[in-house]
Amino acid sequence: MKWVRNLLDNMKPNFQKGGKFPWLHSTFDAFETFAFVPKTTTTSGAHFRDALDMKRTMTMVILALMPALLFGTYNIGFQHFHSINPELSFFEGFWDNLWYGVIKILPIIVVSYVVGLSIEFGFAQWRKHDVNEGFLVTGMLIPMVMPPDVPLWQVALATAFAVVIGKEVFGGTGMNFLNPALLARAFLFFAFPSSMSGDNVWIAEKADAFSGATPLAEMMVGGNLPSTSFWDMFLGIMPGSIGETSSIAILLGAAFLIITGIGSWRITLSVFIGGALMGLTFNFFGSNPYTQIPFYYHYVMGGFMFGAVFMATDPVTAAQTNRGKWIYGILIGAMAVLIRVVNPAYPEGMMLAILLLNVFAPLIDYYVVDANIRKRVKRWKIKGGQNV
Amino acid sequence: MAGFNFKLIKNPLSKENPITVQVLGICSSLAVTAKLQPAVVMAISVTVVVAFSNLIISYLRNTIPPRIRIIVQLVIVSLLVILVDQVLKAFVYDVSKQLSVFVGLIITNCIVMGRLEAFAMSNKPFDSFLDGIGNGLGYAVILITLGVIRELFGSGSLWGYQIIPDSFYEMGYQNNSLMIMPPMALILVGIIIWVHRARNKDLCEK
Repeated sequence: MKWVRNLLDNMKPNFQKGGKFPWLHSTFDAFETFAFVPKTTTTSGAHFRDALDMKRTMTMVILALMPALLFGTYNIGFQHFHSINPELSFFEGFWDNLWYGVIKILPIIVVSYVVGLSIEFGFAQWRKHDVNEGFLVTGMLIPMVMPPDVPLWQVALATAFAVVIGKEVFGGTGMNFLNPALLARAFLFFAFPSSMSGDNVWIAEKADAFSGATPLAEMMVGGNLPSTSFWDMFLGIMPGSIGETSSIAILLGAAFLIITGIGSWRITLSVFIGGALMGLTFNFFGSNPYTQIPFYYHYVMGGFMFGAVFMATDPVTAAQTNRGKWIYGILIGAMAVLIRVVNPAYPEGMMLAILLLNVFAPLIDYYVVDANIRKRVKRWKIKGGQNV
Repeated sequence: MAGFNFKLIKNPLSKENPITVQVLGICSSLAVTAKLQPAVVMAISVTVVVAFSNLIISYLRNTIPPRIRIIVQLVIVSLLVILVDQVLKAFVYDVSKQLSVFVGLIITNCIVMGRLEAFAMSNKPFDSFLDGIGNGLGYAVILITLGVIRELFGSGSLWGYQIIPDSFYEMGYQNNSLMIMPPMALILVGIIIWVHRARNKDLCEK
């Protein structure tokens, strides 16, 4: 790693005051702090210093995303060849599947990062800020919530929309109240419905004769249990958005996030509890076949698992207080199942549920803090109410 | 009669714009701008109503008892709105149907009441008339901007005529259906306000 340090040190004078490109200072700073933990410390007050700064945290999340991404890449290829030849078993033609998936997914990732990062860097230069790290994860999440056949210019447009309207308007990373990756998906979902919904977009270059309906769509139309078995859905052998299909790969990522302490286990767990509660409620009171499916089917279909692990736990947009996190998570799970089962216009409710609760997270926190204050005032009055 | 005060028309176009600075009349600007034609008709209607109600109220301003002034203003505004509505129905029936309830709702448009209260009640008739025209045009500028952007990207046309050529669609271009929905109009208004304030630093609140 020595040569990276030397390279950076040699370049450094050019970007400082009096150098050749002082206006590119924040760009240089972004790369330097990406490679090395910065030495600078705050000058006032007492601060904890943790090796796990923003950039390291983001890298951890990227690592946690890898199993789902790799599986998703393979699944793109498998679904494509499977639609041509329905007899194909999962590991047949392994390298063909993988190669096809890579060819499909690489352009989407590149477009997402290039567009998003150039906007981030542009805004940082313009406002003379440091470059925000947030896009490292967002740029990886955006391709994973897209259908494999999405046109690239739409990815670019959605990314630009999410970064500018979702984040930069409010002041950049840490100031956004909506999850940018989900915002990008919501933008496409409402702006270009033909490339984000229906039966034809979930398998890349699907053969015409093959029905490309996702299990969720099958449930929506027929109300019967999907033709894919529970275990296939759990493993992820079904059409869907790139990163969302495999529950087991997502759970690997979840375990990694929770063990390293980056993702909040309270949120993930409470989303599952909320989904179960709403699913069981439907089992008791529902009348049509869709309400009668076991609640754990909701976990493995569509984006429920992905949302619960990677989207709902976004520390910026989630609730901050511990009790708030429980309320936030349970409501997300419940809303997601509710939208899926009740609203015929939206087969997938996870995205809308998380965005909705993102908006309400500050309110939840406000009341949790408020309730705590009132509880303590009450306790203080019971004890006599003298100066403490 | 006082001289022609040009500032009364110029200021509401930018520095005192009713939509982007005073944030009035947002509701109708979101509702009627999905296409350019209704937006233009709406802008003209509001301009007419604001200008003439300003003029009439300004003539009456010394005779209106302060305690019932709102009711008097409403009567005059609603009279003008009914006139406008009838004219629209007579000459541009299609657009009138598209605008539906929003013509009647000009009565509740904050710009109208706001100008009456803030300007016409304390200024001379001709100045008030100019102020009404200016504010109506300020509203019109934003409405037409929104109408152009939303129709061009949402339907690929302007004033009902297709602008984006078929060859674009064959290459994979698609109309943005979010543009036709009111939320996108709100976002566009937000972007206009953002750009406007970035260019006029004195508008930013501390």
